[in-house]
Amino acid sequence: MSTLEIRDLQVAVEDKQILRGVNLTVKAGETHAIMGPNGSGKSTLAYAIAGHPKYTVTGGQVLLDGVDLLELSVDERARAGLFLAMQYPVEVPGVSVSNFLRSAVTSVRGEAPKLREFAKDLKAGMDALSIDAAFAQRNLNEGFSGGEKKRHEILQLELLKPKIAVLDETDSGLDVDALRVVSEGINRFRSSGETGVLLITHYTRILRYVKPDFVHVFAAGRVVEEGGPELADKLEAEGYEAYTKASA
Amino acid sequence: MGLATTPSSTLQRKSSYELDDFAVPTGREEEWRFTPLSRLKGLHDGTAAASGAVAVSVDAAPEAVVETVGRDDERIGKAYVPSDRVSAQAYASFEKATVITVPREAVASKPTVITFTGGGGTAYGHTVVRLEPMAEAVVVLDHRGSAVYADNVEFVVGDGATLKVVSLQDWADDAVHVSQHHARLGKDATFRGFVVTLGGDVVRLSPSVSYSAPGGDADLTGLYFVDAGQHLEHRLLVDHSQPNCKSNVVYKGALQGDDAHAVWIGDVIIRVEAEGTDTYELNRNLLLTDGARADSVPNLEILTGEVAGAGHASATGRLDDEHIFYLQARGIPFDEARRLVIRGFFAQLLEKIELPELRERVLAKVEAELEK
Repeated sequence: MSTLEIRDLQVAVEDKQILRGVNLTVKAGETHAIMGPNGSGKSTLAYAIAGHPKYTVTGGQVLLDGVDLLELSVDERARAGLFLAMQYPVEVPGVSVSNFLRSAVTSVRGEAPKLREFAKDLKAGMDALSIDAAFAQRNLNEGFSGGEKKRHEILQLELLKPKIAVLDETDSGLDVDALRVVSEGINRFRSSGETGVLLITHYTRILRYVKPDFVHVFAAGRVVEEGGPELADKLEAEGYEAYTKASA
Repeated sequence: MGLATTPSSTLQRKSSYELDDFAVPTGREEEWRFTPLSRLKGLHDGTAAASGAVAVSVDAAPEAVVETVGRDDERIGKAYVPSDRVSAQAYASFEKATVITVPREAVASKPTVITFTGGGGTAYGHTVVRLEPMAEAVVVLDHRGSAVYADNVEFVVGDGATLKVVSLQDWADDAVHVSQHHARLGKDATFRGFVVTLGGDVVRLSPSVSYSAPGGDADLTGLYFVDAGQHLEHRLLVDHSQPNCKSNVVYKGALQGDDAHAVWIGDVIIRVEAEGTDTYELNRNLLLTDGARADSVPNLEILTGEVAGAGHASATGRLDDEHIFYLQARGIPFDEARRLVIRGFFAQLLEKIELPELRERVLAKVEAELEK
């Protein structure tokens, strides 16, 4: 069973310190929600764990089953079992969805999937997320609507089957129907009980569909309060004001 | 005939059949300022005497008539008048010309492939491809081997005819090639020109289009991959002098290595009489390493107020870190991510090559360049 352990993580962007000592442990079978106001460093946490070059780690460790991810390249982290569903997936001209997915699955599994099997898995995954079949031939994220981009992120999640998934505001910009479809995908993914989920969100809305085991409140670059699902209800009622004031 | 200049545009394009009407370029002229004259092996200053041969072989469609003719053949120089010193040198120096004719209303059942194989030394050439009215054909110009070669190619596309040309510059590393490709389009004629330039030390290729009647449609596409030390230059000119014609120019190149140099000049003139013109030109360069340089100069001159559309764009940049990050974040190793993105950069262009075996060959060449 896998464990992601974030120890005293400190991250800067262009000399500006954003994360100031984050401690968090996500075990397989658990879903953790990270909630917090805009600018609190939630997305920085996600991108720093994944290894985006814009973020400079100035201290701490991120261990996946004891291996420090921070020592690995971006693709090595993904192959080690980390997945980041991005808030704003980038458009890549000329690279088709099917070609991209096949390359990703081949890299993560360490061998090319059998073509027929892959086609079957892809179709099943797309059907489950109500993604049109023609989608596979389109260029990666090019001209996708907000909802299509998020569905496509979850499709990748289901195909790549990581040990730990970090979902960065996957709920943002989705209407209720799309939110339900995407949430069902996340629930299918975690139903095995063998994967951990770190769900980053600004709003409590998605937590009605994807029930968290733990809720962490993020403010000014660190976790300022932790609790069970009831903490989300409190945030729903009271907002983040108490935390932004306290950290200011 | 004497020297003529084209006065209605600031481009002042010269044209003459006489070599002496063109001064030896010094490198300070606008049209030569990007070209490394010292590497042209004398093609520009009259010191490059024909000493070798570029063998021309033609595998023609059965509908096409292939002839090898002398300098006095009346079909030579009909569509195109030399417009710079090297072009005039080639015109003055070639001994035999290849003339391909596709008769009226004939639809060529297979591509006509003209292979130019350099066997070392200096050579001059001339090629004429003539499509009579309503004819349709695909012509491939395949340049390979080693040579110092200057030539002119005339495409005469008759009324209602459709000509698709792929010109592949797949020369050996030491080759020098300076070439003019001119297409003259008749009424409602269609021209699709696809240029792929990969090999050679210096290649300077100038594709141009003129229209002799309304309704012509020209599509000029180019793909180039410049390695360390290579100079690959493409100079486009589309001269809209007739109403209701179209042109679309898209050239894309990737550069890698020290002193890899790409030059792209995109001149489009829309003359006063060319009302209803619809034109667009685009050049994009991808710098894969430090030390490579791309010069890109689009130039659109509009002399009439009545155009259907006119635009141009030019961009030179590096691989987008965000693209690479996204692919790597899905487990794809850096080298493969880079290959996927570069292949994607060229993908839309490659789709335009309708001959599958040729598309595969170009794709394989691009892949091989990426492995370097």
